[in-house]
Amino acid sequence: MSKAVETVETVAIRFAGDSGDGMQLTGTQFTDTTALAGNDLATFPDFPAEIRAPAGTLAGVSGFQINFSSEAVFTPGDAPDVLVAMNPAALKANLPDLKQGGMLILNSEAFTAKNLTRAGYDGDPRDNGSLKNYRTFQADITGMTLKAIEDMKLGTRTAVRSKNFFALGLVYWLYNRDMQHSIDWIKGKFGDTDVGEANLRALKAGYNFGETAELFDHNYEVKQAVIEPGRYRNISGNEALGLGFLAAAELSGLDLFLGSYPITPASDILHFLARFKNLGVKTFQAEDEIAAVCGALGASYAGALAITTTSGPGLALKAEAVGLALMLELPMVIVNVQRAGPSTGMPTKTEQADLMQAMYGRNGESPVPIVAARSPGDAFYAAIEASRIAVTHMTPVLLLSDGFVATSAEPWRIPDMASLPPIDVSFRTEQEGFAAYLRDERLARPWALPGTPGLEHRVGGLEKENLTGNISYDPDNHELMCKLRAERVERIADDLAPTEIGGQQSGDLLLVGWGGTYGPMRSAVAQMNERGHKVGHVHLRHINPFPKDFGEILRRFDRVLVPELNLGQLVQLIRSRYLVDAKSYPKIKGQPFKEAEVIEAIKAQLEAH
Amino acid sequence: MQQRQAPYPQIEHTDPSGQTRKDFVSDQEVRWCPGCGDYSILAQVQRVMPDLGIPKEKLVFVSGIGCSSRFPYYMNTYGIHSIHGRAPAIATGIKSTSPDLSVWVITGDGDGLSIGGNHFLHVMRRNVALKLLMFNNQIYGLTKGQYSPTSPIGKRAKSTPMGSVDYPVDPVHVALGANATFVARTLDVNVKHIQAILKRAEAHRGTAFVEIYQNCNIFNDGAFAQLTDKETKAASLIEIEHGKPLRFGKDGDKGIVFDGVKPQVVDVAHVGEEALYVHDETSELSALVISRMKAPEFPTPIGVFRAVDRPSYDAMLQDQVERASAGNETRVQDLLDEGAWTIE
Repeated sequence: MSKAVETVETVAIRFAGDSGDGMQLTGTQFTDTTALAGNDLATFPDFPAEIRAPAGTLAGVSGFQINFSSEAVFTPGDAPDVLVAMNPAALKANLPDLKQGGMLILNSEAFTAKNLTRAGYDGDPRDNGSLKNYRTFQADITGMTLKAIEDMKLGTRTAVRSKNFFALGLVYWLYNRDMQHSIDWIKGKFGDTDVGEANLRALKAGYNFGETAELFDHNYEVKQAVIEPGRYRNISGNEALGLGFLAAAELSGLDLFLGSYPITPASDILHFLARFKNLGVKTFQAEDEIAAVCGALGASYAGALAITTTSGPGLALKAEAVGLALMLELPMVIVNVQRAGPSTGMPTKTEQADLMQAMYGRNGESPVPIVAARSPGDAFYAAIEASRIAVTHMTPVLLLSDGFVATSAEPWRIPDMASLPPIDVSFRTEQEGFAAYLRDERLARPWALPGTPGLEHRVGGLEKENLTGNISYDPDNHELMCKLRAERVERIADDLAPTEIGGQQSGDLLLVGWGGTYGPMRSAVAQMNERGHKVGHVHLRHINPFPKDFGEILRRFDRVLVPELNLGQLVQLIRSRYLVDAKSYPKIKGQPFKEAEVIEAIKAQLEAH
Repeated sequence: MQQRQAPYPQIEHTDPSGQTRKDFVSDQEVRWCPGCGDYSILAQVQRVMPDLGIPKEKLVFVSGIGCSSRFPYYMNTYGIHSIHGRAPAIATGIKSTSPDLSVWVITGDGDGLSIGGNHFLHVMRRNVALKLLMFNNQIYGLTKGQYSPTSPIGKRAKSTPMGSVDYPVDPVHVALGANATFVARTLDVNVKHIQAILKRAEAHRGTAFVEIYQNCNIFNDGAFAQLTDKETKAASLIEIEHGKPLRFGKDGDKGIVFDGVKPQVVDVAHVGEEALYVHDETSELSALVISRMKAPEFPTPIGVFRAVDRPSYDAMLQDQVERASAGNETRVQDLLDEGAWTIE
């Protein structure tokens, strides 16, 4: 007889295990299936930098959290409702986050004395009452996986590797999910191999275990969310950035050139774009970060849509070449997928602490436009916008993403390419009246490519005379050029659409954010609005220049609060530019904001009134 | 894996009669110190250009920082005076994007071997089809006289009042170590020789590296005097040529024989010309041994050490793009639609 089904609205599940346990794959499979089931969702993969840290240790714990709902979802969820822990270390590292009364599924076989010691437990947490506030279920996941495939005579190692599919199958049963997507995926990936067969059997064994074992008395159902009709797909931020640049190339008619040096968490953009030589994409894996940006600069000079992708330490190395690009007034997009710093910091952890570096991290007066991506799907549009600014204003543009945006995924409504405005680019060919630094109404200079007869000219990093571009040490000319370069960036604001304000359009408190903090801020503001508080939310796409209406919007609210994953950087820019008493709400733990944290910060501000 | 033989990029060569030396002279005043060896190099490059038959709009000169790096301003072609040491990387981006351009990197011993050593190594390893001219004066000139990575040990300069304790590096050795496909050396005052080497470099279908010994008459005057003074040059300099025996000295009275891989100076009259080593620029061994001949035991070699054919980075990249995009019907919309589902 089938067990009872309970309907729930929103569930957050965290899968946690050793970094070699396949938790990211388990999470991704559950995500795809959940998206196909029509739930709204958001995910957060959280993994160590070590590819294979010592097995069973806290350093090697890899986690993947998914939040899915029949309502709209903007964050991966503050605290998971369900924790699947494949070993004691995974339990120890993740238990503090589990909701009180939450469901805990343990792989009992892994709770050996050796593993408990490795995880730093004195005794067995299952026996000392420390799990009494949770609904704990133990299953010998490893043992049952081995049983399911014992007749296949595979090595124990191969067999043990399939245990993540057992866990996946069990959770599929628990949430009433159709396994077909994962069955198809396994068949497609492994074909008719023993590994494929073992994974299929483990998946089904896990599902059947849930159905038949006396452990769970019922399972759960999350109904379809009401989602705007359209075509959807799952997308991660790095993938969306790559697609955005491909789209920008198609919209502008330019060939895409990427100069890059491998760095976490940006490397996946290089991997993604390297696949598209069929679209004319050239990717250059350079000898270092400096060669990567310089290669892109050379490509830009020769007429490509040139980009370079990196993270904070790489941006530090690229600084001088970015300065050259702005002096040469050549278009380029520099992507910084931010990670926790300073120095090497915590490469797989997210942070927003490179804003000042992007804004000021070069010698001399060197303004560079800054565009930020707020969510995985939004990264697609951020890439197009950064490319548009670069080639129409003839300037390097910094695009800030972050580790959270880059690696998390969400269902994304697929745009129609035909509906996106083309990017107008023209190369100068007219010889009459040509000067290298002649400017149009945007103060952009002509893009005159080598190979064009009659436009031979020299550019360089030395200060140049206005219009001609010849070397100049004239004091007045230098001041003029510095101001022109600054004004050229300011004029980008002329073309920007009015700023969108979420929640209340005026009132007691305005939340201002940028980048990957969008989800928790949006959710927090919605909750505060429901409770009757007059709170609004601006999430900036453009940080340099600020939108023209931003100053006026700031003054519509009594107070301004700026939550950031740093010690307060945007807040400084806002305070100095607009002379408003904006307050900072900083967090710098390598983790995204939780919705509850933002709500508490808002309350504290409102109560301080 | 067997390397696919890629087609070489076609640089358009036209009837040279259309262009003269003057076409390549820009309107900028040349501002090197009077007597600088750079003047001669500039003059030879401008003189050779019409003979190459490349339309000047197809030429790009890219430099880094240093005295030599002012060079692009004086050429009436396309050019970038970039940042310290990075010209090879910028030039790689240009050549990868537009393989039909003739790209020339101008660098110095400090720019190319100190701050830009990494890019110098990798551009040659990749065999990007560009020309790389290194003006080696064994000193930092623009920053007013510090020792450079090619200065001899013990060099007294502004930053080394007791003499440097850095061992120098030989640019030709680095180039050969990086498996460069064309490696040559010439001398600023040796007008005919520079011209001949520049023409060979231009014709080469990979990275063409040319070291040019250049006198800095302000901070390191006479560094190469032994090789240029009338009295000493015959005995101190040897011009190497493919397929020709290694001879030098007054009236070619001296020669080099190989004892195994050990070169020895001999009197030609004593051993006969047929005993002399015959240089083979396609032989790695020949290049390595000859480039290791050092004064005072040996004459300093100039000429082409190595010239071999190997598909260039830009050509193979272009070939991959052309093969991948032939008949391509994929649009970005198709990529966006991958794995899509519809919500009614």
